[in-house]
Amino acid sequence: MPKFLVDNKEIEAKQGTTLLKACLDNEIYIPNLCYLEGIDPPSVSCRMCFVEIEGERQPVTSCSVLVKDDMVVKTDTPAVRQLQRTGLRLLLSVHHVDCKNCQANKKCELQRMAKFLKVGLKPKGLERHLREIEIDRSHPFLDYYPNRCVLCGKCVHVCREKNGQSALTFSKRGFDTVISFYGVRDLSTLECENCSACIDICPVGALALKVTGAEDPTTA
Amino acid sequence: MNDELTPEEKEALKDVASKLGSFEKQRGNLIPILQMVQEKLSYLPTQAIKVVSEHLEIFESEVYGVATFYNQFRFHPPGKHPIKVCLGTACHVRGGGIILENFERKLGIHYGQTTPDREFSIEKVACVGCCALAPVAIIDETVHGHMAPSKVEGLLMRIEIEKEMEERARIKDESCG
Repeated sequence: MPKFLVDNKEIEAKQGTTLLKACLDNEIYIPNLCYLEGIDPPSVSCRMCFVEIEGERQPVTSCSVLVKDDMVVKTDTPAVRQLQRTGLRLLLSVHHVDCKNCQANKKCELQRMAKFLKVGLKPKGLERHLREIEIDRSHPFLDYYPNRCVLCGKCVHVCREKNGQSALTFSKRGFDTVISFYGVRDLSTLECENCSACIDICPVGALALKVTGAEDPTTA
Repeated sequence: MNDELTPEEKEALKDVASKLGSFEKQRGNLIPILQMVQEKLSYLPTQAIKVVSEHLEIFESEVYGVATFYNQFRFHPPGKHPIKVCLGTACHVRGGGIILENFERKLGIHYGQTTPDREFSIEKVACVGCCALAPVAIIDETVHGHMAPSKVEGLLMRIEIEKEMEERARIKDESCG
């Protein structure tokens, strides 16, 4: 089993483990959003889990590095923190910050990272780019909040794991990218009603069970 | 959006369905298939996406995800009078975005969409090659240079009037003949 140093702490992990997982398992927190064991190759899309490894010229994403013997890793260097803070600020600039009315309040990955990295939830100096649609209600059992979504893709993955194919998909491109449920009118092959895999995995509460009964006050 | 297919489109869709047989059931064939569908139907209606997903045995959402990624695929039928608003560098600087917004507001649709009566569709294009006339909009085949927000309504009105005149001429012809 490879042994290596992370922040001067000796860690041991099984061959083939990603550096990120090894750190998280040993209670060394590295901010991350899109990493999920089983997504292979890792999507490396959130650009948050940077670390510095001795011998590398610049910080690298720890979810895409496998553990090696005698690695010397630093998770808390100015360069790493700057990348993470900028990444988080950019994520927050396209995020509708309304924690009080959000189901993920207090268990939100963005809140956790903001606290950890000491970044305000409403960062100054960046333009706000919110999508026009606040809630996508096209799914019979789920609601999707594009302005909360960080596009980590975990929901797409877990749905595919559970159902063989994913009812969720990325659609469009660039700033307009959203998760969409296109074509799920016929759910006979899917058990969305009894499966909340996508809701449970969402780090930011962008997916929620439909509010039944009383009219949702957030409806415009 | 008007989801109903016209009779011609229904025919074309049947044609598409019969042509699908010549494509192997491989994910890699998705884009060539979508291109074939769009060539036949000139856009990708929901019905066609369903047919394609059934052929390849993948979810409709996945077909949609791929199709929305590429600029070449459209999801609304082209209007009888396509409006193309240039947003190339020169037009952008001269306020092309405002012109686009004006067309959108006047017709009540967004770019990439078509009015429910299929008369107009709006698209944004990147440079039509006459930057000296910026901002430029193309309606049908006619280039309108030095566009201004105040011109938008007039241009649309003119098309309406022309249509009415044709209609009147036709009725007159019929009653005479």
